[in-house]
Amino acid sequence: MLDLINVSYDTQIPNNVGLSSDKKVLKALERWHPGYINWWNDLIPQNFQESMVYLRTAVSVDPKGWAKFDYVKMPEYRWGVLLAPQVEDRRIPMGEHAGELAWQEVPGEYRNMLKRLIVIQGDTEPGSVEQQRFLGLTAPSLYDMRNLFQVNVEEGRHLWAMVYLLFKYFGKDGREEADDLLRRSSGSEEAPRMLGAFNEETPDWLSFFMFTYFTDRDGKMQLESLAQSGFDPLSRTCRFMLTEEAHHMFVGETGVGRTIQATLDAMNKAGITDPYDINKIREMGVIDLPTIQKKLNLHYTLSLDLFGQEVSTNAANAFNSGIKGRYMETRIDDDHRLQGDTYVVRTVKNGLIVAEDVPALTAINMRLRDDYVRDAAGGVGRWNKLIEKSGIDFRLTLPHEAFHRQIGVFAAIKADPEGNIISDDEWEKRRDEWLPSKADGDFITSLMKPCFEPGKFASWIAAPKVGIDNKPGDFEYVKLHMA
Amino acid sequence: MTKRIEFQVDPAAYRHWKIDYDGAVANLTMDVDENGGLFDGYQLKMNSYDLGVDIELADIVQRMRFEHPEVKVVVMRSGKDRIFCAGANIRMLGGAKHTHKVNFCKFTNETRNTFEAAEEDSGQKYIAAVKGACAGGGYELALACNHIMLTDDSSSSVSLPEVPLLAVLPGTGGLTRVTDKRRVRRDRADVFCSTEEGVRGKRAAEWRLVDEVIPNSKFDETVDRRAREFAAASTKADVAQGIALGPLDRTFHEDGSVTYSTVEVQANRAGRTVTITIKGPEAKPPADMTAFEAQGDQAWMLRAAREVDDAILHLRLNEPELGLMVWKTQGDAEVLLAHEALLMTNRDHWLANEVLQYWKRVLKRVDVTSRSMVALVEHGSCFAGVLAELLFAVDRSYMMEDEFEGDNRPIAAVTLSDANFGPMPMANGLTRLATRFLGEPEAVTAAEARKDVGLEAEEAEAAGLVTEILDDIDWEDEIRIFLEERASFSPDAMTGMEANLRFAGPETMETRIFGRLTAWQNWIFIRPNAVGENGALQRYGTGVRGEYNMERV
Repeated sequence: MLDLINVSYDTQIPNNVGLSSDKKVLKALERWHPGYINWWNDLIPQNFQESMVYLRTAVSVDPKGWAKFDYVKMPEYRWGVLLAPQVEDRRIPMGEHAGELAWQEVPGEYRNMLKRLIVIQGDTEPGSVEQQRFLGLTAPSLYDMRNLFQVNVEEGRHLWAMVYLLFKYFGKDGREEADDLLRRSSGSEEAPRMLGAFNEETPDWLSFFMFTYFTDRDGKMQLESLAQSGFDPLSRTCRFMLTEEAHHMFVGETGVGRTIQATLDAMNKAGITDPYDINKIREMGVIDLPTIQKKLNLHYTLSLDLFGQEVSTNAANAFNSGIKGRYMETRIDDDHRLQGDTYVVRTVKNGLIVAEDVPALTAINMRLRDDYVRDAAGGVGRWNKLIEKSGIDFRLTLPHEAFHRQIGVFAAIKADPEGNIISDDEWEKRRDEWLPSKADGDFITSLMKPCFEPGKFASWIAAPKVGIDNKPGDFEYVKLHMA
Repeated sequence: MTKRIEFQVDPAAYRHWKIDYDGAVANLTMDVDENGGLFDGYQLKMNSYDLGVDIELADIVQRMRFEHPEVKVVVMRSGKDRIFCAGANIRMLGGAKHTHKVNFCKFTNETRNTFEAAEEDSGQKYIAAVKGACAGGGYELALACNHIMLTDDSSSSVSLPEVPLLAVLPGTGGLTRVTDKRRVRRDRADVFCSTEEGVRGKRAAEWRLVDEVIPNSKFDETVDRRAREFAAASTKADVAQGIALGPLDRTFHEDGSVTYSTVEVQANRAGRTVTITIKGPEAKPPADMTAFEAQGDQAWMLRAAREVDDAILHLRLNEPELGLMVWKTQGDAEVLLAHEALLMTNRDHWLANEVLQYWKRVLKRVDVTSRSMVALVEHGSCFAGVLAELLFAVDRSYMMEDEFEGDNRPIAAVTLSDANFGPMPMANGLTRLATRFLGEPEAVTAAEARKDVGLEAEEAEAAGLVTEILDDIDWEDEIRIFLEERASFSPDAMTGMEANLRFAGPETMETRIFGRLTAWQNWIFIRPNAVGENGALQRYGTGVRGEYNMERV
């Protein structure tokens, strides 16, 4: 176990922020660290805590240092505090301060806004670990279990990263917020996580893959826009977090892809060409493509909700203040101030979905969501290539943005996946055609049998093309502790 | 804003509130319809409110007393997830004319005062059960409740973000109730009122911003239990059934005049003057309170109060240029006093109490109406008891002296009653007579000795009850000249002067709200830092910050 009394922060916490000489942050960390370890220990089932997991640890920010692979027990994982290297003479990229030197300290007037954004970002990181806490028990392979734990420890590290910013720059308030990040808990009645999607269950592995593909991609977009921040420490933190986030999306994309592949292989082997011959397909212990589409519909729409209101004052304020930019802000060819510009937002007027121009500043969320939709379409295209190659006539699609929404202008209406507005009755009648039904959930759950033998995979998922860290197919990614 | 703002609400058609009556406890849920704004150009997102939402609330509070006297505790909740109430709608405020902003704030303040006083006046206690963000006007709603319960889910908070966010004040009693009612230490109040995100959890209770902080998992049951406990501990007598408040008998005329069953509102737009004549009761009073209850909303004392109340609100919001209000009465003072006496001698009867408390509120509404007001005590008038209070509410009064040629109405007289010596206090806590005679308290004693006697002009003048008495020769000219002169002054200077002169004597939380807080707020409401083209209120929602003139005034 970690010796919490004598933590040598420079050795146990890989960092490039001079942690051991920063009295203020050290004092705060000493208080917070035990709570964090308790949180972790109470979270993941005990036999996994004791297991040796082949994990990648970031020990420095240079390309050689941020992916050191080795076996480690998760509670002893070295959660680091790492910021991307400071860019000389970095300027604020957008808003009314565009062109001014980036802030190295928190500007007083934006303190609350910055703190709120950091807290919201910070709240999602442990949230997803909580949602996924029991998945280890039903892992379809040691390879997948390792990927789950990799995602988990890195989300944990991302929490550290946000907590570091709170400690370093937000004084007493920041310390209280950091405590509350450990107090709130996914789905908790007592103190739920701040955003809805992080209080939903992740009941099975297909959900996990969909989550890492769609919901973590929202996280990526948020980090991308915070990486543009005029507050340089936040920008640097997020830039480094993005290097890790890419792996989470890889886990999601390949996870869904391998699930599809297993289905395609089973169908072809049995000579089934009709993707809607659901019972026969399910009998082979794989998940039929229409059900995969339903899962996609669910997670994609929950993720769209995370972008908030299409027209948002908070987003406008954050952009104009130089706190949060757009996706790839510096590559966008405009004045980066947007004061007179407009942006097209779809909305509902008199029962129809119409496009209207709104002031671009207020449509920052919408713009980010549009970028997200484009980004999310890439993997869907690659999944469809797999299906095409197998010769089965089926395409996965992203549903219309008006479909199944809880937040934003479309929350007020019901729409089908093509974006046709329908009545509440119609919605109730057809809901199960579009979203996973209880029966679909039960079926998927019935497949969630652990497969812990090295190199073996559960029936419903194909083996990966290459191993992690180029390890061979039968590599023991997790040395399970059997109590 | 040309459409008439309507203060009469059909309870079957509330758009923004739901009420569920459960014996002694009423559950009141705020669930604002985004698209139900009174005007175009804004959506009432996140349980934010405009005047329309508040008019419904005022109606609910009023009906709670008259129609649901069995209710002892009212629990105010939000029907939205993660938001209690975001306060007054900013886009509405940003788009509203100064006049509307000021009147909006006045009405919301009156509504807050009304449900705040419901515990003391009627034994109906309001609990705010706060889940989610409770910001600005939302926290002011809670502040006016008698008990605030906050869930401790590590994100629900109470806040007054007006200053940092909008460059205006929490003007619906917020600043005042934090210091005067909840007695928050002033430095903590300073921190609280300048921190956008507010305070949550245990600190909110430590700082006395809320009464209780409750674990989220136990919140709903604790609120229910607390409501039951308060109801059980209530000393309010059990009343089986209330009376129904039906629609008012009311006709609007083209020229701006309005005819009610007991009130005639005569508009003179050219003269910027409106005459409000209250017609006293003709029939004898009901024999007893049982008979009064049977008459219900048709009993004169209640009907007249409702009609005067509606007339004032209508004039305030819909006739801003009728700057001079002339109050008159006509009727038999003795009959009127007999109606009043039934209530005054049965003050422990729930309905008698409610009607008297209602007159108290109506008279307070008169006090804070920013129009020049004069009362004309003419022959045939019935300035007696509660209606005599009008004489002491207005800025000046003129009384007819001796017989007028061709006028065979009974000679003008003023009659005081017990109602003038206690049950109708002003916001400053004093009776209008005590306020009037702040420098000569013996005049109050002398007046009390002569109650129930009709005092004709000379006596009334000697007793200091009227400003001036005028005989047949002078009356017409003097009154005309006064009205013309008064209507010609700057309305701003008049409003300011009158608001200062009307409230002599001690400060109370209520006078501080209507005086200090409102005056500063109304000043800020015309300053460019808030409402200028580049001010915070105008820019709110655009993402661009307000530009401030940094000069201190």
